[in-house]
Amino acid sequence: MTYEIVGITVLWTFLYGYLIVASIDFGAGFFSYYSKRTKKNHVIHHIIQRYLSPVWEVTNVFLVFFFIGIVGFFPETAYYYGTALLIPGSVAIILLAIRGSYYAFATYGSKESNFFSFLYGATGLLIPASLTTVLTISEGGYISQESGNVELLYGELFSSPYSWGVVILAIVSVLFISASFLTYYASRAKDEKALELLRRYALTWAAPSIIMGMIVFYLLGEQNPTHFASMLDLWWMFAISFVAFAVATFFIWKRRNYGTAFILVCVQFFAAFFAYGASHLPYLLYPYLTIYDGFTNETMAIALIAAFIAGLLLLLPSLYLLMRLFLFDADYVEGRK
Amino acid sequence: MFFEYDPVLYSRILTYATLGFHVIFATIGVGIPLMIAIAEWMGIKRNDPHYTLLARRWARGFVITVAIGVVTGTAMGLQLSLLWPNFMQTAGHTIGLPMFMEAFAFFFEAIFLGIYLYTWDRFKSQMKHFLLVIPVVIGATASAFFITTVNAFMNMPQGFEMIDGVISSVNPLEAMFNPATPTKVSHVIITCYLTAAFVLGAIAAVRILKGNKSAYHKKALHLTMVTGAVFAIGTALVGDLSGKYLHEYQPEKLAAAEWHFETETHAPLILGGFLDSDNEVRFALEIPYALSILAGGTPGTEVTGLNDFDPNDLPPLWVHYFFDSMVFIGMFLAFTSILFVFMNWKKGWNPFNRPLMMMVVAGGPLSILAIQSGWIFAEVGRQPWILNGFMRTSEGATTSQHVDIMLYLFLTLYAVLGITCIVVLRKMFNRNPVEREMEKRGIDNQEIE
Repeated sequence: MTYEIVGITVLWTFLYGYLIVASIDFGAGFFSYYSKRTKKNHVIHHIIQRYLSPVWEVTNVFLVFFFIGIVGFFPETAYYYGTALLIPGSVAIILLAIRGSYYAFATYGSKESNFFSFLYGATGLLIPASLTTVLTISEGGYISQESGNVELLYGELFSSPYSWGVVILAIVSVLFISASFLTYYASRAKDEKALELLRRYALTWAAPSIIMGMIVFYLLGEQNPTHFASMLDLWWMFAISFVAFAVATFFIWKRRNYGTAFILVCVQFFAAFFAYGASHLPYLLYPYLTIYDGFTNETMAIALIAAFIAGLLLLLPSLYLLMRLFLFDADYVEGRK
Repeated sequence: MFFEYDPVLYSRILTYATLGFHVIFATIGVGIPLMIAIAEWMGIKRNDPHYTLLARRWARGFVITVAIGVVTGTAMGLQLSLLWPNFMQTAGHTIGLPMFMEAFAFFFEAIFLGIYLYTWDRFKSQMKHFLLVIPVVIGATASAFFITTVNAFMNMPQGFEMIDGVISSVNPLEAMFNPATPTKVSHVIITCYLTAAFVLGAIAAVRILKGNKSAYHKKALHLTMVTGAVFAIGTALVGDLSGKYLHEYQPEKLAAAEWHFETETHAPLILGGFLDSDNEVRFALEIPYALSILAGGTPGTEVTGLNDFDPNDLPPLWVHYFFDSMVFIGMFLAFTSILFVFMNWKKGWNPFNRPLMMMVVAGGPLSILAIQSGWIFAEVGRQPWILNGFMRTSEGATTSQHVDIMLYLFLTLYAVLGITCIVVLRKMFNRNPVEREMEKRGIDNQEIE
């Protein structure tokens, strides 16, 4: 395995980590607001708060890790993506800033405010939409490079069915991942009412998420045939993804094995996300940038990988402690602590 | 705006807006965990619930500031690539490692901060809970350490070779531990502690000035002023070393800070004053030999003057005002905290007298102002370089046509965040005054005259 592959695998894994933890967070914000509007807030509010409060800051770090890591491993990406993404990137930053700080204001600061929870719910859907711009433009066709000036073609981006497809896919996936996790969390908390409501949310968003996945798969064929062809070579990974989805939904439907169901949802997205990523290689930005021409020097690559391993040795036990205290501690989850 | 659109200028303003706003929260974000740890430790050692409550209440307010620190820090991280893509493309080869490690330190801190905040009443032993704040202190300080090495590298780039604009033979550790690193890192970390001590001290002093006689506030003030005095002395020592560093490696920055035009030995230090249109220094206080001593330790040290540099490589001379503000405030903080400690130590003297309390109150905002001034001096002092000696700031900026709109958007965002932060913090502590919390927790509220 070359350093380039190690580098991109590390980064992709972090992005996957962000996809899962951030989805739970974003979806939770939306459900929290939605249930408030439908006067069911009291049912799930505590469950969501109890889970989110200790982890909201950790979620953010996954994203920081990814964008710091990608500039470290592939400095050339800073030039292309940095120049092209000024506006969508800034919009995402502003949304993240509003969301993060207003979460803290609402939770630790003043009393419950409708306006704060609206901001929290709305940004939960807008952030994934704005972040997907990066994935969309990586397919090529949305960037022009003339006389050394990189520019994002907004006309192309906003009129493209593919880019809208990805946005919708992101939103429905967020809601599905989040609802399936919260269903599991509610079942651990033995909170029957919350479980019922969240289970219904999970089932509502199951079908849209898989259907959108298929639509985007098809649209990608139109947008970037080369990438589509290599995706077909990895058809078995998409098959694993589909089976995992089907079994997970079946469990939730049958009201059993909520924990396994959530793990299967993770497997579903893991398989699809890595199959998508692997077939995208060697391009980081089609057709301008591959992982080979954008790679950092060898010394830095070794140093980064060493730092990464050392960091993991520190982080994994800490994360385990965090989960033991707040996720797998029955007393805490059930609200007795 | 009143000037022509120039992505470089707008990128600089936006970067300053983000960093200037972020550094307020980042500074106290590094300093406050240490103060919380000390307070909780005192609470356990002296078996004094006042200190424990102090740690608790500080931690509660701290979360609000951390949230803003986190989101603006994320903004800064992304803006580096968005506003300075050409710089990151080049420098990414050498600063990738410390930035990556900073993210690790931040991760570590985030995990334990979450645990710390939610386990106040969960463990039987107070000691167990105290141990959880240690990783938070380490994580906060380590992230300051790593990110400051990146800034030190921009001031003193080394650990690579540049051939025709292409970087090769990179040595990441040599880049990280460059000559600017020791003074820069120690100066940043110790002033973070100093600022946090004064910000927290100012809160207690305000209560005392309002006539509150609770022992709680007096203990808070005592704790913050003792630590403040220690850090102020440390800051002065590191400041002296920083002067020697500048003399050796960035003489143009030192010369600009001191309006030192002629190369000479026995150079005087210039305090205050202003520069007229003929570059004559007016109304300044001159301390003979002091600049030579600051630069090299002896009056005979020859200090290079501004006239000996290529004018194209010189920073703007107004950095002097910021340098002076930083030094003056630093001395004021040292004086105030040492005076408090001294008066407290002398039997029969009242350290809680009105004038001294007002000085402590002023010390809170002033210390933040000193941080701003210090950073403005450090950053503008290395203009026109983004990578000192290698890359001009104008070569590093984005070519995008929309930085102006982004600037207005972000300015609005920071204004809103700043105002909400103040409102929320005020509400939080006014609604739940310490007397009520002591009563609720069954802590004796002694009053001291």
